[in-house]
Amino acid sequence: MMDISKTRDMQTAPSGRGAKPMPASPKYKADTDDVSGADLVLSVLEDLGVEVIFGYPGGAVLPIYDALFERNALKHILVRHEQAAVHAAEGYARSTGRLGVVLVTSGPGATNAVTGLTDALMDSVPILCLAGQVPTHLIGNDAFQEADTVGITRPCTKHNYLVKQGDRLLSVLYEAAHVAMAGRPGPVVVDLPKDIQLERFPKPDASVRQAARKNAVRRYSPATKPDPAAITKVVDMMLAAKRPVIYAGGGVINSGIPATKHLQELVNATGFPTTLTLMGLGAVPATNPHFLGMLGMHGTYEANMAMYHCDMMLNIGARFDDRVTGKTAGFSPNSRKIHIDIDPSSINKNIRVELPIVADAGEAMAAILAELKKRKKSVQNIAPWRKQIDGWREVRCLDYDQSGEVIKPQYAIHRLWQKCQEQKKDVYVTTEVGQHQMWAAQYFSFDKPMHWMTSGGLGTMGYGLPSAMGVQIGNPNKLVVDIAGEASFMMTMQELSTIAQYKLPVKVYIINNQWMGMVRQWQELIHGGRYSESYCESLPDFVKLAECFGMKGLIAKTASELDGVIDTMLGHDGPVLVDVRVAKEENCFPMIPSGACHNEMLLGPNDKASKPVDEEGMVLV
Amino acid sequence: MTSEAKSEIRHTLSVLVDNEPGVLGRVVGLFSGRGYNIESLTVSAVDEEGMLSRISIITRGTPMVVEQIKAQLARMVPVHKVVDLTSFGGHIERELALVKIVNTGVERVEALRIADTFRAHTLDSTLESFVFEITGNSEKLTAFVALMRALGKVEVARTGVSAISRGRQLDMPVATP
Repeated sequence: MMDISKTRDMQTAPSGRGAKPMPASPKYKADTDDVSGADLVLSVLEDLGVEVIFGYPGGAVLPIYDALFERNALKHILVRHEQAAVHAAEGYARSTGRLGVVLVTSGPGATNAVTGLTDALMDSVPILCLAGQVPTHLIGNDAFQEADTVGITRPCTKHNYLVKQGDRLLSVLYEAAHVAMAGRPGPVVVDLPKDIQLERFPKPDASVRQAARKNAVRRYSPATKPDPAAITKVVDMMLAAKRPVIYAGGGVINSGIPATKHLQELVNATGFPTTLTLMGLGAVPATNPHFLGMLGMHGTYEANMAMYHCDMMLNIGARFDDRVTGKTAGFSPNSRKIHIDIDPSSINKNIRVELPIVADAGEAMAAILAELKKRKKSVQNIAPWRKQIDGWREVRCLDYDQSGEVIKPQYAIHRLWQKCQEQKKDVYVTTEVGQHQMWAAQYFSFDKPMHWMTSGGLGTMGYGLPSAMGVQIGNPNKLVVDIAGEASFMMTMQELSTIAQYKLPVKVYIINNQWMGMVRQWQELIHGGRYSESYCESLPDFVKLAECFGMKGLIAKTASELDGVIDTMLGHDGPVLVDVRVAKEENCFPMIPSGACHNEMLLGPNDKASKPVDEEGMVLV
Repeated sequence: MTSEAKSEIRHTLSVLVDNEPGVLGRVVGLFSGRGYNIESLTVSAVDEEGMLSRISIITRGTPMVVEQIKAQLARMVPVHKVVDLTSFGGHIERELALVKIVNTGVERVEALRIADTFRAHTLDSTLESFVFEITGNSEKLTAFVALMRALGKVEVARTGVSAISRGRQLDMPVATP
């Protein structure tokens, strides 16, 4: 039944959402037994436990916004651009383990969401994106704000749907949410023509909803249980290994907290040296003595050398990405490889492995742990291997030289981490893309999973700020820092307005070197120092920019100012924008140059002359 | 890598999918988006209710790429089953072509004789043209078309390959009502 008194209150409320008059249309009377398609959409979201929607209204989704107006259970966050809505939903999903929900209009609303959807696909983030569409009878007529949304988003979603028959609406919505979350998570788009949103449907009872949920599971249920025979073989290989390495990735984080616990148990039980991908950071605490740091292009020397020289590699939930493998022909040439992945298409894609296991990372590790306990034998004595690794650790590949008053970018991030440690902050970090992102991965040591949100696969500049908003909304009382570069930040900085509107206490920590730093670095190393279009002219005064949105702006120009600025930032309970002016031409090391192998890392600026990038490497991204 | 791992092999895949709008676009988009080859593709509903379609695809790739193609197809939501007929014992491939030839005189007589040799059916005839229907594997069709080309002006419509495994094994049983 409609709550009349509530409706009256809303009509007369002086500000906010309540300021909008209630729709006069009799279609929206809730005292009948039927509901509109728009209501149905929202009721499914409520039934699924969705609490937040990130969105932006427009003509083709007005019925849903109208239905949203009457509801209190669903909180809507109004972003300033649809790309940011998806990134915010990604940050929310990755920091909470829940489904991220996005609501956009047809045409430009949907096309603006494409970058975010692609980002979510590459990094396996569960997103349900509801898009408005022109009414079914106008589809294909080049109607106002019409775009072929399912056509455009087909390659950048896990799956997508166009609801052309109203009777399919309920089952499609449940299925879409299920597909987004099940197996390897990913973004799913549901395109909703406006006439379907307005159509009347019988109110679905619990049994109808239950049937729709069951049907979704019946139609899509990827295998998660590992083959027991394969688990026996994994343990055989682990027990035989003299130079083992565990290489784990985002699949462990996506599997959930139990999986990260299993991984830590596995690492501690075996003492196997362990490296994590960019997406996997936090799955094992950085303080774990067996942790080698991140691997890959800007990973640590010890992690990459261990990958190159190991005799057994246990890959859990990582996908042999090109940033990780370097030159595939020379990738870990002497190891027996095991690959656990929930997505069969990730196996034997880049690197051929001896033992593929299609399973959920957590379930597979639980089975491995159980099998290990059954065996009487223990793992080999790997002391010589540890000693070899300790030798690589002694290279101290992440050392940097902070002398003088010019702030080194590494120092800026390292100090931020140290200050967060000192002040015992449970800090969530997002990043943009570029040098600062790699430095954050190197110098911010993560101890917990789901505290690190970065655009890994797609490398989306502008990801960090909107993502931080989503993280903050999902974790209202936690410290959320976007470690940003000034160029990336400017790609989505309109979201400062969203941050101001919802008083989100996000800290934006801009590592400002006035260059597109990673582009500049590649131009220096590979293109003869011809810095074509990589310098940012006319940067804004970031302090004033912050102030014009009513938030705090800070600047650190010298090393001695930095600590004070960080303290002020961490101590302020509202949003803060910090402009950290760092050394302009610092490069990110260590580095595997394009087309090189793990054992051919450049450790620092003096390393580069002896090993020029070959022609094969030049064409790689 | 061994030379075997690098050489490309022709594979015949059968894919059982939901018969819904856009499903063919998804499959074709997967092939074009990931740079896989399609030599032939046919699709039609195969069950009584018209809920399921079977797509027959001829592709070519290294063993690693073909394995990828199968895995990528199998993980699509509307895909129910992927069977690689090439790697499972024997299978049968058939294709149908409609071949129109325009000619006169001796060449016309010769065309008819060859059509008879190939067991093609004559579907249409005028005083200076035939339309033949010919069924068989792709090589047979190609050979027939080549012969016709030597005898007149030719237009061809081919269906693409349909394939099924030999023996009593049902790879994609169609539910009995």
